[in-house]
Amino acid sequence: MKKSVIGSLLAATLGTAAMPAAAATEIQWWHAFTGRLGDLLAEQIETFNASQDDYVVVGTHKGNYSETLNSGIAAFRAGEQPHILMVFEVGTATMMGAKGAIKPVHEVMKEGGAPFNPDGYLAPVKGYYTTPEGDMLSLPYNSSTPVLYVNRDALVAADLDPDMDLSTWEQVGTALDAVKESGSECALTTAWQSWVHLENFSAYHDVSFASKENGFTALDTELAFNGPMQVAHVQAMGDWAKEGKFYYAGRRNEGGANFRAGECAFFTESSAGYAGVKAEAEFDFEIRPLPYWSEAEGAPQNTIIGGSSLWVLNGHESDEYKGVSQFLSFLSSSDIQAKWHQNTGYLPITIEAYEQTKAEGFYEANPGTDIAILQMTAKPTTANSKGLRLGNFDQIRGIIDEELEAVWSGDKNAQEALDNAVMRGNQLLRRFEQANK
Amino acid sequence: MDKRVTFKGWKLPVLLILPQALVTAIFFFWPAGQAIYQSAFIPDPFGLKSQFVGLGNFEYILSDPYYLASFKTTAVFSLLVTAVSMGVALWLALMADRIIKGSGTYRTFLIWPYAVAPAVAGVLWLFMFNPSVGIVSFYLDTIGYDWNHKLNGGEAMWLVVLASSWGRISYNFLFFLAGLQAVPRSVIEAAAIDGAHFWRRFWTIVFPLLSPTTFFLLVVNIVYAFFETFGVIHTITSGGPQQSTTILVYKVFSDGFVGQDLGSSAAQSVILLFLVGILTVIQFKFIEKRVHY
Repeated sequence: MKKSVIGSLLAATLGTAAMPAAAATEIQWWHAFTGRLGDLLAEQIETFNASQDDYVVVGTHKGNYSETLNSGIAAFRAGEQPHILMVFEVGTATMMGAKGAIKPVHEVMKEGGAPFNPDGYLAPVKGYYTTPEGDMLSLPYNSSTPVLYVNRDALVAADLDPDMDLSTWEQVGTALDAVKESGSECALTTAWQSWVHLENFSAYHDVSFASKENGFTALDTELAFNGPMQVAHVQAMGDWAKEGKFYYAGRRNEGGANFRAGECAFFTESSAGYAGVKAEAEFDFEIRPLPYWSEAEGAPQNTIIGGSSLWVLNGHESDEYKGVSQFLSFLSSSDIQAKWHQNTGYLPITIEAYEQTKAEGFYEANPGTDIAILQMTAKPTTANSKGLRLGNFDQIRGIIDEELEAVWSGDKNAQEALDNAVMRGNQLLRRFEQANK
Repeated sequence: MDKRVTFKGWKLPVLLILPQALVTAIFFFWPAGQAIYQSAFIPDPFGLKSQFVGLGNFEYILSDPYYLASFKTTAVFSLLVTAVSMGVALWLALMADRIIKGSGTYRTFLIWPYAVAPAVAGVLWLFMFNPSVGIVSFYLDTIGYDWNHKLNGGEAMWLVVLASSWGRISYNFLFFLAGLQAVPRSVIEAAAIDGAHFWRRFWTIVFPLLSPTTFFLLVVNIVYAFFETFGVIHTITSGGPQQSTTILVYKVFSDGFVGQDLGSSAAQSVILLFLVGILTVIQFKFIEKRVHY
């Protein structure tokens, strides 16, 4: 009874959103984008729909990433699932575990017959969504990686050379002292602390975030981010917080407001934040690679991605999957990808789109926009730098946020906080393992 | 002589209670039964498979120190919300009851915040107290107080208590004012003639006569603090920092809808169900005895 109510509600929602041309097969795509990203996404759909007559893609916004995933899951339980569902990278393990609910992209492409070259995708982007055997499970859609944003004016105000070397955290630390000296209350701030300062930090320093290759090879993985490298980094950040050099603004990208207003000298944030900073910043800024600790042997390795990928859900007609395969192939084409990359600051997902952007002279005209991609592709990935594949990861991130906040407020030292986060997170991993046995 | 009115036969009485019985069965017993049933399983999020674990889910959550801490958080939060919203409302109602000029306008303004949805109220308070851009935190900063509810659990608790109480004050105000107006004038006037001053009259006459209203509001406000403050907590703190504002109902949500752990979420719902049942029984058994109708 409940199911049919949800079903009819969904049908009503979809019915109003969809204006299918007669006879064309409809492909439903549920996504999490609004605003500018939503407009760009809608434009991609329009271009595809105009390019052929057999299929009509209908995009529906379902709320933020978590809400979109929840809608998709609820719809699947009610038998009303869309063909394509946008899922953020932390939901990857959940989707992989749902073997009967998904149709792996490599299968869709093979059956659908649309052009598909798995080797054409950027390895560190693709790797996150690919099995150890090399089969692509979901199509990367928007992917970004963290970089360091620098307010050059703030450096000048602190009597620093704005062109100074900032590749290591030691150098950044010295700069923070000078900025603090000059009277700034926000020398450094960050967005997405767990993603930048633990997940990417671990990959970048080639240390393990979780056992079993960060969860890629087995479900019985255990968290390992309480190692000496991570503890030293979090302790350093905690000390900076205590000395008033690191300003903590919030769990998501709240710090962006402070940086764009010119209050902060340094800001660690996703490369996709570029468009916003460029539009609002009334000061001279630039993008630098994420810093690393010079004593770390493996650093700098490569950073990993965040963002979302497109999962194809089970339970539809084979003709519809043919349309899905054409649409996914269209999204991967280099014109579409190059445009997406240049407009948003997200990474291009194919090598071809990167080469095209380079040939168009975009990186010369917009210095710093290629740093993210260079940082990700600098070295072949290792077992520690392919990405993360952990169940319940949305909640584990919540735990990490809580424990990091305890360090920033001075309630705990880094070792205690990370040990506790590992212990609490492992419980959730065991829970996930049990549910997906 | 027995004056009770009774029905002849059983058909009409059954027909008359049927609507109420149906509503209760569909909206209460059925979902509650579902929750109890589901709490014995660990399903995967997509509903493809599910394992029977008996009381395993209860064992799992009751051994979690953060879940146990959430009981204390809920108790502190509910008591504060109830005390703040009822205390302020009673005081405002007393004042409103006394004035003659402009009392209509005064009352209307006091009732307004009730129309604001909890989630919207949460966002409003969040704007004012935002550590980076909030106006109140800005003024606090100028007098030398560094407000940051994102790191300080005590400040976070006060903020969600204030935001949850604010809209509730209107509701309580309305009931208290009606209660005050029902107190017979003649009793108060008699006391005044005997020389009892305002507060004396309040404590010995008005407050006891107001006790049915106070008791009703006590029950309603505690239930409100337990369940309906979800929107406020979700928008302001998301249960943080360090779970210092994670009340039981928020944990049900975050485990079920963020963590997709429906088994644990169902088990928590069942515990909550019993907890509120016990609480209501206690209230009616012990506190109601002291209420004068």
